Amino acid sequence: MAEKTIYELSSPGRQGVQFPEADVPASGMPKEFLRKDLPLPELAEIDVIRHYTHLSKLNYCIDEGFYPLGSCTMKYNPRVNEDMARLPGFAFCHPLQPDETIQGSLSLMYNLQEDLKEISGFDEVTLQPAAGAQGEFVGVMVIHAYHKAHGDGKRTKMLIPDSAHGTNPASSAMIGYDVVGVPTDARGNVDIAALKAVCDDTVAGIMLTNPNTLGLFDENILDVIEIVHKAGGLVYGDGANLNALLGIVRPGDLGIDVMHFNLHKTFSTPHGGGGPGSGPVGTNKKLAEFLPGPIISILEEGDDELPPLYGFKQPKHSIGRVKSFNGQFGMHVRAYTYIHMHGPDGLRQVSELAVLNANYLLSKLKGTYKLPYDRVCMHEFVLEGKFDDVPDVHALDIAKRLMDFGYHPPTNYFPLIVHEALMIEPTETESKQTIDDFADAMLKIAKEAHESPELLQTAPHNSPVRRLDEVKAAKDLVMCCWLPDKAE
Amino acid sequence: MFTPHTKTEREEMLRAVGVKSMEDLFVAVPQKFRFPKLNLSPRKTELEITSEMSELAYANESTRDLLCFLGAGAYNHYIPSAVDALVHRGEFFTAYTPYQPEISQGTLQAIFEYQSLIANLTGMDVSNASHYDGATATAEAVILAYSNFRGKRTKMVVSPAVHPHYRATVRTYMQGYEEVTLIGDTPSDPLESPDSLISLIDDQTALVIVQYPDFFGRIYDYTKLSDTAHKNGALFAVAVNPTALGILKPPSEFGADIVVGEGQPLGIPLSLGGPYLGLFATKKEFIRKIAGRLVGETVDQDGKRGYVLTLTAREQHIRREKASSNICTNQGLMALSSAIYMSLLGKQGFRKVAELCYQKAHYAAKEIASIPGFSVCMDTPFFHEFMVCCPQPVEQINTHLLDHGILGGYDLGKDYPALKQNMLVAVTEMNTKEDIDIFVDVLREMSNG
Repeated sequence: MAEKTIYELSSPGRQGVQFPEADVPASGMPKEFLRKDLPLPELAEIDVIRHYTHLSKLNYCIDEGFYPLGSCTMKYNPRVNEDMARLPGFAFCHPLQPDETIQGSLSLMYNLQEDLKEISGFDEVTLQPAAGAQGEFVGVMVIHAYHKAHGDGKRTKMLIPDSAHGTNPASSAMIGYDVVGVPTDARGNVDIAALKAVCDDTVAGIMLTNPNTLGLFDENILDVIEIVHKAGGLVYGDGANLNALLGIVRPGDLGIDVMHFNLHKTFSTPHGGGGPGSGPVGTNKKLAEFLPGPIISILEEGDDELPPLYGFKQPKHSIGRVKSFNGQFGMHVRAYTYIHMHGPDGLRQVSELAVLNANYLLSKLKGTYKLPYDRVCMHEFVLEGKFDDVPDVHALDIAKRLMDFGYHPPTNYFPLIVHEALMIEPTETESKQTIDDFADAMLKIAKEAHESPELLQTAPHNSPVRRLDEVKAAKDLVMCCWLPDKAE
Repeated sequence: MFTPHTKTEREEMLRAVGVKSMEDLFVAVPQKFRFPKLNLSPRKTELEITSEMSELAYANESTRDLLCFLGAGAYNHYIPSAVDALVHRGEFFTAYTPYQPEISQGTLQAIFEYQSLIANLTGMDVSNASHYDGATATAEAVILAYSNFRGKRTKMVVSPAVHPHYRATVRTYMQGYEEVTLIGDTPSDPLESPDSLISLIDDQTALVIVQYPDFFGRIYDYTKLSDTAHKNGALFAVAVNPTALGILKPPSEFGADIVVGEGQPLGIPLSLGGPYLGLFATKKEFIRKIAGRLVGETVDQDGKRGYVLTLTAREQHIRREKASSNICTNQGLMALSSAIYMSLLGKQGFRKVAELCYQKAHYAAKEIASIPGFSVCMDTPFFHEFMVCCPQPVEQINTHLLDHGILGGYDLGKDYPALKQNMLVAVTEMNTKEDIDIFVDVLREMSNG
């Protein structure tokens, strides 16, 4: 039986939460503005608790098991982060309170900016962007603003390697850039000859994902950056894969001009079933004045007696606001907690073990699954989910069959440059034992693909629902459940 | 920290990979820059970090310590315990975006219900699965209008009484649309009535956007404005406060095509401004133009009801540079919080909260108006927020209020220089009559009389 919707569970007259009666004299209400009906469901508190508890049990999650979703960095989300974000002093401050009443939060944000600068090698960081995609958009806008400020109006092209993240083209298009693709060479690096061929004085910049979506660190990274810089372009770094680089290399040191961070990937803030994320952006000195604000700064230095006074500043030629208020503060608290529980050595260990886990898992699978670019990988790797001798079994079938073994599937069909891609990112929080077990399941599935392919093609068999009819969903477009009396 | 590897396991794994040391895994990284020494504070244990964080949190004075009359786009409401108890379940907050529907039905059905609740609350046909916040949802409405007319209409009429952060965000988002002009939002008199926007609407107008109640707390009937927009072929968008819709007519009744808004009042903590929730709902005809995720109902291969992300061909990962928005991660967990909040309050509780806000705000307004030198300077109905004209600059009054443990209203002079003596006061169900009386007494100390 499918779980009923909250509207189907509704019973007229029920109420979950009571509120006190008004303690003030009644004022008349403006009749012409009052609504007739408020079509919300009516449930008791226990109905609501049970309903959402039932729903929660239909989800797979990190707490339940291994979640090797490539490019998403599904690491363990420490519980202490959650408690810290819920401290009343953090959770209940209004965003427009006077600075002197929120010095604790401002100092946290200031120090998080400083930490992110140190980790990445950038000179300035804004915490404002709401998610990675918005951080990317900010990065592209900052590049746009820089060229505009230099009267360089003919730069209309944004270079995007075909091994970059999927959001990059959309982010570039939002500012009006023409997207120009750059191919990948046989070793999985940006194709230098192809890059040179498209680099001219119309290039605004390049959006580089490094390690790229193949999980490979570009062996010519310094050349790539130099070629773009020589053409007068700027280099945007997609920070989604930063989990491979903590204490290993700082993108700013390599010459990258601007990069976003995903606090919800690298710094363990939870993914929340689709959000919230948090996408701070770092830049070098020459782009800092264009960042969106407000940025937290020290207004008055402290001394032995007094702590510094923190406040907001707007960068001199800021592109402006990209959201209300001060960014996803609750996520800043979690990321700060995480960084401070690791320190410099702990962060380096995070990346080392993320990379070790990926290479270890790769070593177990590469004899069975085709590996298009056979090199030491970083925090993730991409295999082909396809066997030449069983053409009717696809990456999707392997992904769905993994559910029967109690795993979340890897990312599939991305990146597009690998045929039937399975993109696998184990993260550092998984043990050798977990990886061994997962590898066993992958090897067993490969065997099944040859011996009983229908097992894969009809998978999953044990999940709350079987494969869903996506065509029907797109055709019928049922996006709402209605109250019984509103049903058509 | 949070890594389970023993030393022996590490060595076994390195051997299996075929390298001698951890360092050997990073030979592709330019040697010159490899393994930088990070100048960060040394690691802390859970016990130590908890104590540091508690100190930082304690250094703040929150709305739990101060009497709060501050709103301006973020509101202090009661959040029932059951909301966080459910949101705190690992099954919800440690799951990813539901790209694998067979093992994500919990998230998918919850979003489907969220979409239903928002559609019903706003009177629209369809809601998406959320945007980042009220400001970015407003910007997405402008982008929708632009793409609806395929770039042929380039005028966006924006009311000056739309939240200043939303307007600023729209301007930022429009930087890539050089042909688009935003008009109406910087008049000589920011308090002029919305009907003064009528003369700006013509056959080049793609969108007219207003707020309801507006940033100054005023409630207007937008029928005439909406009709004019539609007569000229333009779309009409309304940014709402969802709590107000507990008693006020939904914007569908004056013809809104798009409803956006800040969903924070729906069970989401103030948290210094985020994470919040961007509401985005439209009429059915715009369904394929909505940015962001949408959940649709379907069946599985056994005919059992289930839910999937649908119309994904609109999104950035498929359409790439042809997509109108790049949003992927949204505010999923906040959408869930708001769905639980709305379910818990239900028809009666939700209306009750709106009524309490209305009654307490009107009591406060009446009391403040009785203080010599202060007046409630608006001639329209209002919901839970209203403008007070003060005898001194608001900045001075707020300093005095803070000395008495009161978080005064928003200083409108920060965004509208002409209004530096205008305070925007918000009152919710959290303010008791006693709080309001204290607030009024302290204001009275600042009166001219």
